[in-house]
Amino acid sequence: MYGRRLRALSFSTAASLCLALGLVFFFAPLEADQGFLQKIFYVHVPLAIVALCGFVASGLMAIGYLRTGDSRWDMRSYVTIHMSLIFGVGVLLTGSIWAKGSWGHWWVWDEPTLVSFLIIFLLYAIYQPLRFAIEDPERQSRYAAVFAITAAAFVPMNFIAVRLSTAYVHPRVLGQTSNLPFKMAFTFLVCLAAIALLYVTLCKYEMTAKHTRGQLRALRRRLHSEDGLVGVGGRSAVASLVAPAAPALQMSPRPQAVPGRLSESS
Amino acid sequence: MSTVSHEPVKAPAAVRGRAAPSMRATVAALLRKELLIELRTLESVPGMSLFAVTIFVVFHFALNQNSLAGNEAAGVLWVTLLLGAMLGVNRLFVADSDQGGFDAFMLAPVNRSALLLAKASALALYLLVLELVAVPAFALLLAGASLGHAFPTLLAVLALADAGVAVIGTLVAAIAVRTRARDLLGPLLALPLLIPVVIGSARASAPLFGAQGSSGRWLLMLALYDLVFGLISYAVFDFLLED
Amino acid sequence: MAPNTAQKPAEADAACERAGSPAIELDGLQRRYGERVALNALSLSLEAGQTLVVFGPNGAGKTTLLRLLATLLRPHAGSARVLGAELPARAHAVRGRIGLLAHEPLLYRELSPRENLLFHARLHGVQATRVQDMLERVGLSGRAEEPLRNLSRGMVQRVAIARAVLHDPELLLLDEPRANLDPAASELVEPLIGRDCGRTRVLSSHDPLGGLQEADVVLGLRGGRPVLLANVASVDPEQIRELYR
Repeated sequence: MYGRRLRALSFSTAASLCLALGLVFFFAPLEADQGFLQKIFYVHVPLAIVALCGFVASGLMAIGYLRTGDSRWDMRSYVTIHMSLIFGVGVLLTGSIWAKGSWGHWWVWDEPTLVSFLIIFLLYAIYQPLRFAIEDPERQSRYAAVFAITAAAFVPMNFIAVRLSTAYVHPRVLGQTSNLPFKMAFTFLVCLAAIALLYVTLCKYEMTAKHTRGQLRALRRRLHSEDGLVGVGGRSAVASLVAPAAPALQMSPRPQAVPGRLSESS
Repeated sequence: MSTVSHEPVKAPAAVRGRAAPSMRATVAALLRKELLIELRTLESVPGMSLFAVTIFVVFHFALNQNSLAGNEAAGVLWVTLLLGAMLGVNRLFVADSDQGGFDAFMLAPVNRSALLLAKASALALYLLVLELVAVPAFALLLAGASLGHAFPTLLAVLALADAGVAVIGTLVAAIAVRTRARDLLGPLLALPLLIPVVIGSARASAPLFGAQGSSGRWLLMLALYDLVFGLISYAVFDFLLED
Repeated sequence: MAPNTAQKPAEADAACERAGSPAIELDGLQRRYGERVALNALSLSLEAGQTLVVFGPNGAGKTTLLRLLATLLRPHAGSARVLGAELPARAHAVRGRIGLLAHEPLLYRELSPRENLLFHARLHGVQATRVQDMLERVGLSGRAEEPLRNLSRGMVQRVAIARAVLHDPELLLLDEPRANLDPAASELVEPLIGRDCGRTRVLSSHDPLGGLQEADVVLGLRGGRPVLLANVASVDPEQIRELYR
């Protein structure tokens, strides 16, 4: 069920990534001020946009989980955050390289988008430790969902706060895509689409892997419990272990009614 | 209870004819219990206050400054208050988690959100006491200029920041208390979430210590933060209680 | 037990009124912790006013069952109807009609018995006069003002019993209620949680003889599964001991 769609998705992702890279290097013009360095913009900004959208989407999926109690929503929310974190590492690395190239420092505090991304990254980095610190799986899912919703609301709030606090001194291409020359804007949009596709594909791969692992475990469990039924071992064999020692026990899994006292619920 | 097909139960006079307690009565009962325990154990508030004063001394040596002004003053004050608040956040639900208070609350026919309200109010009160100690101590130890003229603005900043810290602190404490690494996860969750509060309150109070700028829009941002996370916490808190 | 019933005529009356409709109906009830099944395929029905005693080794699912009935845990499969309300959908309708005496006393160590009970009275909308009454009935009015951490385990258990019945619940869920109680204390709380307290009871026990004396219906759990469910008259103590082997 996952296989064919996943293959088609993988191919289109690979194709669009090739196209995007081709456009970046051979189609988009060199920027006047920054020259070749500016090309990192076509990777950095789409990565950031996709990662942030992923964080917000995970919050919506978490709402889905809390409303329905369906663990698939929890899994989606988990995978989305996981992937956004991985993309987030890319965002911080490319942003850092760009800053070094432009201003000679690996980190600059007056770039509000990058700074707020760092804060968001630090917050979401706690997501997995939080999950692993909760033993009961259901509670783990619920607490993770509460975290995801709160954090998703935090994303825009944090942007507002950081942007207000930063003197906006460096005129940059970032955030001004509407003013870009056509060739740059076109390349940017193709890159954005390619990276979004990459994101979706990787998420699908992770979900498929998790799904398969879950199915495998379920099959293995069933194998075990069938063993149990014939009295070899496993948890469900408990009844048959008791039986020979205490023949008077009522053994049926749905216990029978006891006249006068107990009545079988219909 | 009207839809349950059960005969009314005869019960002793003190119990008979009782109705489920109102939201207000529930919050009052919870808050009363909270403050009673704090008064008896003095586990949170004195520790928070002492911690804040100690941090001021640490800052004096770490920065090698006898008095601070402007952004530095605001920054030191708010970092200290925030770290002090973390101590209270870490302890907020410990008694309930360890002594079965969660279960006892869940067994009662009351609105679950009352717990959020009561705990956030308790935390806000603890923060108030912390500030009653820490702000004068700061003025005495580190602030260069007199704070008298700035009193109303400072009060507004403190109130708005306290509300934000209380709401987020309660939510985070409720999450962290039922995890294995609760002492670690509490601050790790709360600090990034509270960065907008630090930005807002530090920037809003910087002019009071002589820095350039005005406080108005920062107060507005703090109010927005309180509103957004107040609503979010209200919406999600119940899910932290159910099992 | 005649003197006990005489002490509490109102509550005995209530028991008569309640008799007839099932207080608990479970059908295929299941609860998991992750992949471990803590309770599975449990179906039973208990009339109002009756006592169900649950036996089973540690980890058999006794506490899980009590917490499910108390609405503290949600069932994962099957249906549960407690005091006429479907769980978990209508759990809010029965909260306040159930009393739980768990392993933990569910009391704050730093507060005195009176403060603890007053807190619970407020949460349940019970008048404060009932607190004094309960303190007297568990024999603790003399030490009602001391913090709980200064009291012995047996005294704490008595306060916990007072808490569990403070709001006069119709259904009492008792997790080994006589743990930590000496015989005198056990007798003292008999009218509150004993056979003639006039409430439907679900009781977990490790003591075959004592447990069977309390029971109308007996449930034996092992590994989360019901392996014994019978009217007390047809159960032999040896069968109970067998559960633990």
